[in-house]
Amino acid sequence: MKRWKWMFMTVAAFSMLAAGAWAQDFPKGPINFMNPFNPGGEVDIEARAMQPSLEKNLGVPFVINYLPGAGGALCWSKLAAAKPDGYTIGGFSIPHIILQPMFMKDVAFKTDDFVILSIVEYTPIGLAVKKDFKVNTLKEFVEYAKANPGKVSCGGVGKFTGHHFATLQFMKMAGLKLNYVTFTGTAPLQTALMGGHIDAAFSNSTMMVSSREEIKVLAIGSPQRMDQLAGVPTFEELGLKMYPRIARGAMGPKTIPQDIQKRLEKAFVDTTSKADFKTKMEQAGFVPQVMGIAESHRYLESEVNLLNKLIQDFDLLPAKK
Amino acid sequence: MDIFTHIALGAQVLFTPTNLFFCFIGVLMGTLVGVLPGLGPTAAIALLLPNTFHVAPVTAIIMLAGIYYGAMYGGSTTSILVNIPGEAASVITCLDGYQMALKGRAGPALGIAAFGSFIAGTVSIIGLMLVAPPLAKFALAFGPPEYFSLMLLGIIILIYLASGSILKALMIFIFGLLLSTIGMDAISGTQRLTFGILELSDGVGLIPAIMGLFGVAEVIANVEEEIKRTVISTKLKNLLPNLQDWRDSFWPILRGSVLGFFIGILPGPAPVISAFSSYAIEKKISKHPEKFGTGVIEGVAGPEAANNAATGGAFIPLFTLGIPVNSVIAILLGAFMIHGIQPGPMIITKHAELFWGTVMSMYLGNAMLLVLNLPLIGLWVQVLKVPYPILFPFILLFCLIGVYSLNYSLVEVALMIGFGVFGYLARKFQFEMAPLVLAIVIGPMMENNLRLSLVISQGSPMIFISHPISAVFIFITLALLISPFIPWIGKRRQKLQEKVEGEEV
Repeated sequence: MKRWKWMFMTVAAFSMLAAGAWAQDFPKGPINFMNPFNPGGEVDIEARAMQPSLEKNLGVPFVINYLPGAGGALCWSKLAAAKPDGYTIGGFSIPHIILQPMFMKDVAFKTDDFVILSIVEYTPIGLAVKKDFKVNTLKEFVEYAKANPGKVSCGGVGKFTGHHFATLQFMKMAGLKLNYVTFTGTAPLQTALMGGHIDAAFSNSTMMVSSREEIKVLAIGSPQRMDQLAGVPTFEELGLKMYPRIARGAMGPKTIPQDIQKRLEKAFVDTTSKADFKTKMEQAGFVPQVMGIAESHRYLESEVNLLNKLIQDFDLLPAKK
Repeated sequence: MDIFTHIALGAQVLFTPTNLFFCFIGVLMGTLVGVLPGLGPTAAIALLLPNTFHVAPVTAIIMLAGIYYGAMYGGSTTSILVNIPGEAASVITCLDGYQMALKGRAGPALGIAAFGSFIAGTVSIIGLMLVAPPLAKFALAFGPPEYFSLMLLGIIILIYLASGSILKALMIFIFGLLLSTIGMDAISGTQRLTFGILELSDGVGLIPAIMGLFGVAEVIANVEEEIKRTVISTKLKNLLPNLQDWRDSFWPILRGSVLGFFIGILPGPAPVISAFSSYAIEKKISKHPEKFGTGVIEGVAGPEAANNAATGGAFIPLFTLGIPVNSVIAILLGAFMIHGIQPGPMIITKHAELFWGTVMSMYLGNAMLLVLNLPLIGLWVQVLKVPYPILFPFILLFCLIGVYSLNYSLVEVALMIGFGVFGYLARKFQFEMAPLVLAIVIGPMMENNLRLSLVISQGSPMIFISHPISAVFIFITLALLISPFIPWIGKRRQKLQEKVEGEEV
């Protein structure tokens, strides 16, 4: 009996050592981070803000490569097929990685092809109107839009994206109809709203913060008010229980070995817990997060459920494969 | 605070050993990537950005900006001496610059390109300094309908001024528009003409197209001609343009500067468009338009000034609104945020040292570039003075590496080679390449703005007329389109056409 116990403990100790050694071996070379969007975008800002701390933590270079195209689908199709050794990971945004496999043709990835290592920030989506628009509050906006169904032009980036779904959700909850205008990126959307070429826009908190002076922000999709947007109410306060947002972070192919997943998770969680990362992100209008693998996947799941409900409500037909 | 306090503040920021050093490194790198075909400022800035993390934000911006405007100087050298644009904005400089070089006037061509760039750089910096805030409002007045009408006008001018047959220019332009519809539909997200190739979902890349049409096609054409055209090897003794050259280029440089500056403020590949527009305008108002393309100095001075001024203009939306107008500025914007600077209207007041330091560094950078590009031109020529049997494979290699390094995509490499073969054949049939390149660049923007306008107006095309700025552009476009049918103008254009053709054959 005693001997068995000893043997068991020795084996356990050795296997733990072995596992530890394995994770200690990682990483030996540079980590490649594939950015699915252009330089200067939200994923880029976030990755570059993390880079120095990640390099210190992992002891190897953290290299950012850009693979923009097809709204991110190009990069994610490649990432899904990448060697699952932990040396190739990439950025993502939710809901994009949920919606694209449903609605886009020629997309060579599924949402559950990936392990989400960490969600590092999200940007609540807010509603803003051009400066000289007749309304000043969300209530007035809803009344005006109801009185002029389909006449109010409301911009957002892309179709089947966070902005598009925020618009759909808003129209459903407030019981009105807007004319959704699809832009190719945040920059042209911002210019169009500031120049008064569209009446309203659903867009990221980062844009709301950076062009606060030139537009009227009516409501923001965060659960509580944002410090960076003092005086702007949440949708919830105004009776609309919607929390549209885009979450971003790092992910890799699902088949990366467990202990390597853990090592990467630790690097991200350590980095995002640091105060200077938080302040940097907050200044730019982000809401920084500290989430590990399990928490990130819970977030993903709740988003999937919410979107599926919206898709049913609006009768949106997924693309036939 | 008055402007002199600001200038003093900027100078104080600039004249530290670190900032001077980074300014120099920036313009040096810029000239190098400008000279080498296949490497552009966007790639260079993206590659060097991580190296700026440990320095102050203003130092980083000084260096990255230096690469951007430095590349505009370097690009002209390759255009003039090898007839291959060192980077996209120097495409048009090939037309007359290379012809001048063939006539043994490479020196003055290089000289006027450098001086023109210097003058334009200075003009656009002064512009940036004085009129940034009011100009930002002007750019904001441009919504989708205004952009569409402006681009329509731009194309019609380009086709109208085509040196060969209008029909051929129109044909190749429409072919370009067709190519530009490849890719993901920006509004509905559906794939068009991609045949399941994911790399095509963002459309045919401009860089593979330009490198193919100008780099690869040129190499093929030259191989066929049995190395008659070696790199221009005339002694570059007369770098200083003579009095007549100055008289000819003074106004084109000033016009190019102002034009480039204003086009730079608008989103898009401003250096390319402004150089094309400047060339078109100079040709239009010249007393001897038939000589364009045969080595007239105005054809070098105007576009080179314009593309340089455009880089200065592009900083205005960045500093006043925090909005990037092109990929280079987008990377700079990213650099701002990494260094904890919130882009927006407050930059100039809140981070005065950043704005004025950068502005002052641009003055000094332009002066450094003049030195780098004139007395040291020999150095850059050495880079290019390699014999053709060696240079050609290298040009191909640079094109291949350059295209591959953009997105690590073999599809884009294949695309470039395809464009190379096409460009060679099109050249044989006397098609101009400029309308094709322009169509690829502005096709997607035109389509997008047309559709956005119509979505906003809920389907009514009257939006293009009810917006005053747009209406003006549409009116000029119509006037240009109708003018060939007015007998005496039509005849004049025909005469001009015959003259041009007569000289070209």
